[in-house]
Amino acid sequence: MTQVTPNVAGSDRELIAFRIGEQEFCVDIMSVREIRGWTPATPLPRSPAYMKGVINLRGTVLPIIDLGARFGLQTGEPTERHVIMVAHVGSRLVGLLVDAVSDIVQLTDAAIQPTPDVASESVKAFVKGIFAVEGGRMISLIDLEHVLPAEAEAEAA
Amino acid sequence: MSDDPFEAIKATFFQECEELLGDLETNLIALESGDTDIETINACFRAVHSVKGGAGAFGLDDLVRFAHVFETLMDELRSGRKAVDEDVVQSLLRASDVLNDHVTAARGAGPAVDPDRSQALIAELETLTHGAPVSGTDADAAGDMDDDFGFTPVALSLDDFGAGEAMPLMDLPALDLPPLDLPSLDAPVVTGGEQTGWKIIFRPHPRLYANANETALLLRELGRLGPISVEMDDSGLPSLEALEPLDSHLVWTIHLDAPVAELDVRDVFDFVETDCDLSIMSVMAEGAGASVVSDSLPDLDDGLPSLDTGAAAEFDIAALVAMAQADTASRLGGGGETAPVAETPKSTAAPAPAAPPVAANNATAAAPAAASAATAPVTIRVELDRVDRLINAVGELVIQQAMLAQRVYESGLARSSDISLGLEDLELLTREIQDSVMAIRAQPVKSVFQRMPRLVREVAAMTGKKVKLVTAGEDTEVDKTVVERLSEPITHMLRNAIDHGLESPEEREAAGKPVEGTVKLAALHRSGRIVIEISDDGKGINRQRVRSIAEERGLVTPDQILSDDEVDNLIFLPGFSTAQEVTDVSGRGVGMDVVRRSIQSLGGRISISSNPGKGSIFTMSLPLTLAVLDGMVVGAADQTLVAPLAAIVESLTPKAEDIHLVGGVDPVLMFRDEFVPLVDVGQTMEFRNEPTELKGGVVMIVETEGGQRAGLLVDAIHGQRQVVIKSLETNYRHVEGVAAATILGDGRVALILDIDVLVNTGRRRTTSLAELKMAS
Repeated sequence: MTQVTPNVAGSDRELIAFRIGEQEFCVDIMSVREIRGWTPATPLPRSPAYMKGVINLRGTVLPIIDLGARFGLQTGEPTERHVIMVAHVGSRLVGLLVDAVSDIVQLTDAAIQPTPDVASESVKAFVKGIFAVEGGRMISLIDLEHVLPAEAEAEAA
Repeated sequence: MSDDPFEAIKATFFQECEELLGDLETNLIALESGDTDIETINACFRAVHSVKGGAGAFGLDDLVRFAHVFETLMDELRSGRKAVDEDVVQSLLRASDVLNDHVTAARGAGPAVDPDRSQALIAELETLTHGAPVSGTDADAAGDMDDDFGFTPVALSLDDFGAGEAMPLMDLPALDLPPLDLPSLDAPVVTGGEQTGWKIIFRPHPRLYANANETALLLRELGRLGPISVEMDDSGLPSLEALEPLDSHLVWTIHLDAPVAELDVRDVFDFVETDCDLSIMSVMAEGAGASVVSDSLPDLDDGLPSLDTGAAAEFDIAALVAMAQADTASRLGGGGETAPVAETPKSTAAPAPAAPPVAANNATAAAPAAASAATAPVTIRVELDRVDRLINAVGELVIQQAMLAQRVYESGLARSSDISLGLEDLELLTREIQDSVMAIRAQPVKSVFQRMPRLVREVAAMTGKKVKLVTAGEDTEVDKTVVERLSEPITHMLRNAIDHGLESPEEREAAGKPVEGTVKLAALHRSGRIVIEISDDGKGINRQRVRSIAEERGLVTPDQILSDDEVDNLIFLPGFSTAQEVTDVSGRGVGMDVVRRSIQSLGGRISISSNPGKGSIFTMSLPLTLAVLDGMVVGAADQTLVAPLAAIVESLTPKAEDIHLVGGVDPVLMFRDEFVPLVDVGQTMEFRNEPTELKGGVVMIVETEGGQRAGLLVDAIHGQRQVVIKSLETNYRHVEGVAAATILGDGRVALILDIDVLVNTGRRRTTSLAELKMAS
């Protein structure tokens, strides 16, 4: 991911940063369609624990993924203060449940560093790379392609 | 659809073919039933002709050749030279089947038509037309000149005008049918030898202007072929007060002084040929005058013997509009375009005037135009995808409206407040929009019914039975999604009715019935569903045999007491039909259980009632759309779920003494002297781990597609509702036990239960219901 080709070297990327627990993550702003508050979801039977169920997004049945649980982090029950980021993953539209949206970050691809080995395996599976912003914060860039369950991924391909 | 515009046009052609062939079939059936009205024959002719015309443009030679022979016979019938009798109609019906196959083959959607079959039918048609098969082009060119010339390719304009009476006027040759007819027609022209030019008489119809064509441009094109002189005959122009400005009244005579090929001349008129009377004569060097090589312009009066003067008077608004367009078109195109014609070399006459040409009595074209405009509704082709998007959006609108209404209600506003009243109006409007939008996608079942006569003919031929198919309610409308899936079960049931239902002609005769069996296919609306009935006047179901087969297969026990109806319906049980009785026709390893399953998967039901010796009636009822579903809204473990109403047999509050535990674990319910397994919905759907208390619970008795019964245990039944079906797969994936999702009035997503999966998984689970304490 740190490999920089001349064309993209100076290009800015806009990312949306969000918090889960004490950690900060971000995704490409282009993949996020909207951000909305948490509304109770209809649970789906026979689904992984991070699948919170489905909600009605203006007539679209939107699956909600608890991103923290997906990363193997400790998460509690969602409250009204939680946030759903509606994002495109492949051809699908999914809702990503996070604690809060914290920032919009601009940076070049060159600023992104590979994920260090110290990160836990479950996090590493979804993190494309990390970078630092002022104030000493570290943000992990998420690869959304892998957040849906494997079976759905195969279908999406 | 391909990016290639030619391919796109071709695709449109095939679409139109489908409609034309459907029309053809319908009209032939009408002929068969004795309706030998000239309009019916004309309609058949037009359909075949249009197919041929299009096919010619795409160089589909086989199709053109066949359609040509077909059309020739139709023309004989149309002109009254040949009487429409039973034999002819049967041949036409067979020809229509082969034509259909030719089109399918040309589209690449089916195998090439067996040349022998096609040729045999061509011979058959030619025999009917000429009294003997015509074997080659020689014969065509020599002896059958009349015939060849008699069939008229102007049917495109007929399509538009919709009246047969005008036909004799357009006594044009087959020249618009490239490439098939051209060589033989070219021959006499070329052998003319000393031909020096052409005399062209051109009488435009108002439609020509309506289609934004312009005489001046045509004349200019002719001028490019060689020196021309143009004469305009305005004798037809009425006095100013009698003038219909939108009519076409002028006739041009063009002398083209160059020995160009006739084809080149024709090319100029390529796009207007159907909208004008055109006569092209070759001019010989000796000055022997014009010899008509192809067309003759018949006397106008002769052409119009039967034209009803009343028809001419009956201009309606649509025709006026069409003519107004003609006027506009010619004015727009005309004004600036006269100059080039004036510059045409050797132009001796006044160029085309800018004003629309006016002639005396051109009711010829106008009256039929009026007639057709009055009957044919105006339609547009819209991509289905766009309609679906609209339907989705309206579905969301309905949900939003319901949510808004609920919020307003909760806010405690008075019912008479402006907001509440406005909201009521909004609700009415929303409902109206929803109905209208669904109506866009609604289609008459005709498209399916139209395919059936052919099937019946084929099955009848295969089984050696004589069958008459009677259809009713073809105009019954149902959502496109349903129409598409009706064909298969209807096909199966018709096959079955003919093969198993009807007796052989001998048996029928012995039973004192007419030799020809009747199968009736009817569609009707009943209580918000579409009902398809297929009845026959055959022998009915042999209950004894059905019963013994069912016992043999272990489907019923010998001591079981069954009503007649129950016995009849045994044929739907899986495993009833076996390879043993598979015949060529209705067998193919597909039993009635498959038919039933395919109907049930559409949310429908099928039943049979039979009267021994008199016949059977199969009745299937289906929802009008697959976009919405009639559901029972239920609650289980704090979740709201929807069960498809079609699967529910009955709802009841079970008495404690009716519930038993099999092996101390699996609960069953005594329901009408039958033990049905109980499925705890809340637990099977993993909404809770503990089994529910039976006390206060409600049981819905459901029937799976396999005909198996079970009781679904839920906490409460909230009521019946129509819900919009939303797919879970769009953004997630299939979830076992869930058929789809929907959005309820409160804006929350509710899952629609997949009854079959639920019943099967529910039964497989070893629930801990053993601990269930029955309240007593």
